[in-house]
Amino acid sequence: MHELISSNKRRTVMLMVVFVLLLVLVGMAVGVLVGNGTVGTVIALVIAGAMAFGSYWKADKIALAVSRAEPADPAVYPRLHNLVEGLCIAGGLPKPGVYVIHDPAPNAFATGRNPQHAAIAVTTGLLDTMNRVELEGVVAHELSHIRNYDILVSTMAVTMVGAVALLTDITIRLMWWNGGRVSREGDRDNGSNPLAFVGLALLVLAPLLARLMQAAVSRSRESLADASACQMTRYPPGLISALEKLRDDVTVTHSASMATAHLWIEQPLSGVGDAGRLARFHSLFNTHPPIEERIARLKEI
Amino acid sequence: MYVALIIFAVVVVIGVLLYNSLIQRRNRVDNAWSQIDVQLKRRLDLIPNLVETVKGYAAHEKSTFDAVISARQAAIAAPSTPAAQSGASNAVTGALRQLFALSEAYPDLKANANFLALQEELTSTESRVAYARQFYNDEVLGLNNAIQKIPGLFVARLAKIGPRDYFDAEPAADNPPKVQF
Repeated sequence: MHELISSNKRRTVMLMVVFVLLLVLVGMAVGVLVGNGTVGTVIALVIAGAMAFGSYWKADKIALAVSRAEPADPAVYPRLHNLVEGLCIAGGLPKPGVYVIHDPAPNAFATGRNPQHAAIAVTTGLLDTMNRVELEGVVAHELSHIRNYDILVSTMAVTMVGAVALLTDITIRLMWWNGGRVSREGDRDNGSNPLAFVGLALLVLAPLLARLMQAAVSRSRESLADASACQMTRYPPGLISALEKLRDDVTVTHSASMATAHLWIEQPLSGVGDAGRLARFHSLFNTHPPIEERIARLKEI
Repeated sequence: MYVALIIFAVVVVIGVLLYNSLIQRRNRVDNAWSQIDVQLKRRLDLIPNLVETVKGYAAHEKSTFDAVISARQAAIAAPSTPAAQSGASNAVTGALRQLFALSEAYPDLKANANFLALQEELTSTESRVAYARQFYNDEVLGLNNAIQKIPGLFVARLAKIGPRDYFDAEPAADNPPKVQF
């Protein structure tokens, strides 16, 4: 279990490094194509960073408002509060805000910029479907997201995606305005610079690659949360049983949206098909690993 | 000359950072230890209410009530050492299990809302005690690792920060208490 956790953390670091490399490559491509690559990259990073970290700061309030969550009354939901408090003792965390969402589909999410400003929300569907140990497994998974600072990690990933998108978008526009000529000091002949083609291909592909990497980061953090949850409860069968129930349930969570999709324990959006020739391609964009894979991995612990 | 000074400064800074982190770990272990105490006391506080509720339905089960009450008194009187506390808390667990088993014979009691609420409270308190122990053991593992690995080893030796013992399961845990009707 500990090896699973540390290998997962290493994987995230590697993904982040690759992300930064991609940004640097894009910056270099911009430099080849329109000049001022470094300045452009820095500006894009600053803008994307400001947007992402602005929303990260208020992450808990925003996510809760979007999902229409209301605070869970301890008198109405004593078991939920008891489970959260017990697991917070096990994890050495302060107790987060506990919220309930009125939605028949079983699901849950966690949000907040650090353990002191965190919140978890569960749907009434989850409370109805799960028994005590399963609910405990799900809550432990969500608390693990908080403990591992996953909101911070995914905000950094979103910043990278945003920076890449901004940079490539503006550069392509600049190139159009330039009449398609590649301007580079010291370039006497107007012949095509071979680097320009590579640069252009990179510009077009970069946003796609960035989203793929964001999805990869999200998937690896989900696996980490699964392993951390088992470390918290010391009882993998609880979470395994909960995931099996989630796999068999087909209700669509209506309170989710594209923006919050990555926060939930189970992919809330239907429509990403499992069959067909493009299925493997689609699966690269999943924010969560396939449930069968998660269950299999936990069973090995 | 300057190189030696810089190296010395770096070593000092690293030493200070290591020392601070070891102190933090040790304090977390102490905090985790007192957490266990808090949860055990909380469980003892819930018992009188539970006994009264059950007496309302099963007044003649005197032996079970006496067992619970005397186990509770013993736990309150026990000194705060780990060995004494774990022995006393195990006795309370066993007595409580007998008390809850009574509800199987008295369906009215089983349906009583107050009884169910108390059962939930006690179950979650037992969980909390278990989690507090688990957290304590995890923190002790972290501290022991930090002071036994290099470079923490040197700082720990200098500062005389020693390893801590784990809170093992009580030997009585190997013999599950018998439930009698």
